[in-house]
This record gives sequence, C-alpha cells and structure tokens, in this order.
Amino acid sequence: MYIIKRFFTMLVTIWVITTLTFIIMHSIPGDPFASDADVLPEEVLENMRAKYNLDEPLPVQYLLYLKNLVMLDLGPSIQSETRDVNTLIADGFPASALLGIQSLVIALIFGLILGIVAALNHNGIIDYLSMAFAIIGISIPSFILAPLLIKYFAVDWGLFPVASWGTWLHTVLPSLALATAPLAIVARFMRSSMLEVMNQNYIKTADAKGLSTTGIVIKHGVRNALIPVISFIGPLAAFLLTGTFVIEKIFAIPGIGKYFVDSIFNRDFPVILGTTIFFSTILIITLFLVDISYRIVDPRIKLTSKGD
Amino acid sequence: MSRLLEVEDLQVSFKTYGGEVKAVRGVDFYLNQGEVLAVVGESGCGKSVTAQSIMGLLPKKVSRIKGGSVTFEGEEILGLPKKQMQAIKGSKIGLISQDPMTSLNPTMMVGKQIAEVIKKHTDIAKNQIKVRVIELLAMVGLPNPEQRYSQYPHELSGGMRQRVLIAMAISCDPQLIIADEPTTALDVTIQAQILDLLKDLQKSLDTSIMIITHDLGVVAEVAQRVAVMYAGVIVESGTVEEIFENPDHPYTWGLLNSIPKYGSGEKDRLIPIQGSPPDLFAPPTGCPFAARCEYAMEICVQEMPDKKRTSETHHARCWLNDPRAPLVKDLISAGRAE
Ligand SMILES: Nc1ncnc2c1ncn2[C@@H]1O[C@H](COP(=O)(O)OP(=O)(O)OP(=O)(O)O)[C@@H](O)[C@H]1O
Ligand SMILES: [Mg+2]
Repeated sequence: MYIIKRFFTMLVTIWVITTLTFIIMHSIPGDPFASDADVLPEEVLENMRAKYNLDEPLPVQYLLYLKNLVMLDLGPSIQSETRDVNTLIADGFPASALLGIQSLVIALIFGLILGIVAALNHNGIIDYLSMAFAIIGISIPSFILAPLLIKYFAVDWGLFPVASWGTWLHTVLPSLALATAPLAIVARFMRSSMLEVMNQNYIKTADAKGLSTTGIVIKHGVRNALIPVISFIGPLAAFLLTGTFVIEKIFAIPGIGKYFVDSIFNRDFPVILGTTIFFSTILIITLFLVDISYRIVDPRIKLTSKGD
Repeated sequence: MSRLLEVEDLQVSFKTYGGEVKAVRGVDFYLNQGEVLAVVGESGCGKSVTAQSIMGLLPKKVSRIKGGSVTFEGEEILGLPKKQMQAIKGSKIGLISQDPMTSLNPTMMVGKQIAEVIKKHTDIAKNQIKVRVIELLAMVGLPNPEQRYSQYPHELSGGMRQRVLIAMAISCDPQLIIADEPTTALDVTIQAQILDLLKDLQKSLDTSIMIITHDLGVVAEVAQRVAVMYAGVIVESGTVEEIFENPDHPYTWGLLNSIPKYGSGEKDRLIPIQGSPPDLFAPPTGCPFAARCEYAMEICVQEMPDKKRTSETHHARCWLNDPRAPLVKDLISAGRAE
C-alpha cells in the first residue's frame, strides 16, 4: 500500500519537474538555431523549426512532449543528426553509472569505517587525524582535487591512465576525486552519530551482559548509529549525480554529464529535458530506496504507516 | 550463610572540567548468599557508581578507582582483565538498570536481546535458546511470551520493558542481581508488581539481590539488610529491624522521619531533612552529614567517626555513639529535636 502510494507520488514529482524544466528552458533567451541564424536562409530555419515542432505554440509543444514521454520516448536531439535522446542516454549512462555507484560505495564504506574508528578513539590521535582528513576532504572541491590527482598519480608517478576511458584503472582517479568530499561528510556524520549512540543506556546494558567490545560496537552501536546516516544518503546521491558533470568533463569521460552540459549551451531542448528527467528519476528512485532501507533498519518506522 | 560479595573501602573519583568528583569515598558492605541487601540514600550519594564499580561498568576515560577491593565468591574482581570480567557480567552477576525506557536496544527484537546473553555465557544448543528465552519471558510474567519474543522495545510499556530487563538479568542463573532503582521510573501499581516479581524470583532462584533505592518503603518490602549511604560513604548498616526500629545515625532518623508512618493513628507530620548534601569536589574532612545534623558536635566537623558496632550486624559511623558523647535522648528532651 505504502509502496503503491509512493510510486504515484514519484510519477507526480517527475511530471512537476518536467513542467518546470520546460517552462524555465523556454524562458531563457535563445533557441537551438541561434548560432545558425546568420548563415542559413530564413526558409531553412523555418523548416528546421517545423521539424522539431518548435513552430507550434508552447502549450502544444508541451503536450506533444508529454505524449512522447508517456511512451518513454525522449525525442530527437537537435545537435546530433543521428542519435535521439534515448540513444544518447543509453550510450552515456554506463560510464556515468559506474562512476557514480563506485564513488557512492567508496564514500559510504570508507566514510562509515572512518567515522566508527574515530568515534571509538574519541579524542585520541586516530580521531584527530581522521577528522583533520575529513575537514580537508570537505573543503577541497572536486575540480581542484581532480587535477591534483591527475598531476601526481597519472602524470608524475604514472600509476593510473588518464584522459581516456576503457579499463577499470581509468575509473580509479575520477571515482576518488568524486568520492572524497562525500566520504569526509559521511565520516563526520557517522562519528557524531556513533558517539551519541555509544553513550546510550542500551550500550551499558549490552556491556553489563558481558558481550565483547566488538559485539557491542557492531550489533548495538553501528546499527543504531546508521539510522541518521541513512537519511543522508539521498542528498549524497544528488551530490554525486551533479558532481559527475564536472568530473566527467575534467577526465574526458563519455558519460551523460557531458551531453547535459553541452545541451544547455546549445539550447538543445530535447536533450536538456531528457537528461533532466532522467537524472531526476534516478534521484527519486534513490530516495525511494533510501526510504525503504531506513524502514528496514529502524523497526519503529513501519512500511504500512501513513505519510512520511 | 556464606559471603557472596564483600566491598571494602571502595573509592571512586571522576575527572570533570570542574575538578575531581569524589563520588565514592570508602564504601564497605557485604552480601551473603541468598540475601537481599538494600542500599539507600538520596540522589547523587554514589549508589549507582558503587554498583557500576562492582560490575566494571564505569566509563573508563573519566573515572578512576582509587582504592579498595571487591571480593565476589572469594575472588578479587576489582580491576580484573576485561575478558575475565566479561565472563562474570551477565552470567554470575546480572544488572537491572534504573531506566527501562532507554536500556533496551530500539532496533533489536527483545527476545534476541535476551538470547544474546544466553548464547554468550552458556552452551545451550542454538535451537533451544529461543525456547529458553520464551520460558524466561513467561517467568517474568509477560503475557504471550512467544509473540513478545519478536517484538521491539517500542511495542512494550515501561513495566513490560523492565520485565524484559529482569528476564535478561536472570537468564544465566546469576548468583547476584544488582537492581539499580528498578522501580523508580515506573508508576506505583507497576512498582508493586515489579517488586513482587523480584521477591518471588529471589526465592525461586535462590539468588542474592543488591537493590538500590531511595524509597524506604521498597526496603521494608523486600530487603533483609540495609546499608544507608550518604555522600559516598555507608553511614549505617544493619538488618531491616535494626534500621527501622533502632537506628543509630541522625541521617537514618531523618530518612525515617521523611516517610509517612503506616499504622500510627495520629497524623504525623513529615519532617524533611534540611539542607543539601556536601560538595563532592571538596568533601568535608569530618562527618559529611555534620552540616545538616541537628546533633552535630565540634568533633563532628573535625574528624570522620569510625564504624561503631552495636550488634553482629548493626553498625553506624556517628560520634553520638561514642561513649563520651551525650545521650541523644537528653538532647531531644532538651528540645533540640521535635
Ligand atoms: N560519568 C560521570 N562523570 C562525572 N561525575 C559523575 C559521573 N557519574 C556519576 N558522577 C557523579 O557521582 C556522584 C554519584 O552519582 P550516582 O549516579 O552514583 O548517584 P546515585 O546515588 O545513583 O543517585 P540517583 O539516586 O540519582 O541515581 C554524583 O555526584 C555524580 O555527579
Ligand atoms: Mg543512580
């Protein structure tokens, strides 16, 4: 029941995003053929506008777009003669997804471990070192970290290939560049959550039961400390999604991010809309999964409960 | 009756930003096999800290055990290595804590939380553990124990949670149960039920209980012996009869005067003890109660009195019990007390 309700909310959200993007996109000046306007005769431009329905009134364009969207057709790209938006996404998505998921996993696994270790060494050397690392990691933007990683690990030491895409080794540096800041944020978040949990009475109960320290930390500490951190995975996923635009550009990765950025400059309306809808859908699905796992970890929240 | 637990001259301090808090300053008491001892005293006098020291549960970073000894079954357990202490905790000594609402893990089924103790300390076969847990849940009086097994703490009331914690404490047949104010957080009718349960379990399991409370009603109900604690020391201890009928320490008198007397026909006025306990950052050199004591003499603020024994089981730390002190009866008739 909850899941069905959630599914419809997701559809409505996507529709709202589509509408807003459509309005915003058409309210910025310029159109896809602005740069051709000087060289091409007016009749040719007319024809091209007609081909992409750009000569129709906006409400009609909007309805036509929605009609295609319902059939999961994101339309043709104006810039690319040969590939429509569906193909663009299908081509670019594997690289973007690999980069995003790999970064998410790195950020979560190492962030959580770092946070837990720091909390258990509260006010110890390891705690200070990892929090110093976390602060540095949060403060350095990925577009600065990326060139630094390239300079040292690829150019100076030749450990990783760069500026091409193919083997797994190619993914290491971009993933690190993308994952560092979220990793640091997760670490800080987990540390404070863990510190709070380890002060709770039920941890004293676990101690009084004679459980080993590891048992207490893992079974009673970590699981409870994860609850607030899980709610943070949603924004984290959004952060990684948008982060890929920059990273894909720096590392020349053939992902969707590149098309998205280019499409805005070219006013390639179908690509702007298509990629925005696609990214939003990914994000909405992620949030949904986060929500589900939240409810699995915390028994106080029921899948059947109304509202959020 | 053989000695189960003997605490001698226990001293515990805490490091705080304000300085060293001398929370426990030389506590001694003992507990025999099969006996129920009540430790009473007002809030902050060091009851929980004493219990935590016995079980090795003090927060390591901020606390320091400065001296004394805790002998359990004839063996020194103060400062025992972690592994050895873990083998005792939950198995030979069970703890029932002050706050049932927050003492259970909110994300773990209550049955599992009990099963965990049994798994750790016994070699009951895996498939039998659940059976044993359900048996324990029934023993502590939870209705529908099979269903309770897979419920989470938030699905249980405070009283039920306390029953779960009691089941947890008795799950490995401990020789000693330390119950730190097991009823304080519960409402009155539930309090009585939980006390009855503890009394019954004590008899049927033939275990010893150290029950911490500031409620003398609880003491009269369950205990055989009482240790009265004040500002980190035991000021008087004796059997329930000795403490209720023949108390030797003005603090104990004060405690007794501040509870309603049952059965006395006249309308007794409750007399609260005036003032507040001393600052544990800089405890007084003399008797810590002197500042609030109506009978304080000069010597009381200068020097801490020794333990004075009036029977095999009864002793108090008060200068009034010194042969050189004036008789308190004379003081009362002279109008210094109501
Ligand atoms: N972790 C700690 N850090 C600093 N001081 C502490 C700590 N734990 C206890 N104390 C101090 O030790 C003293 C005794 O505390 P304790 O908890 O034993 O009191 P109590 O007799 O159990 O009181 P209550 O009836 O309120 O439970 C108090 O003054 C308290 O401030
Ligand atoms: Mg206490």
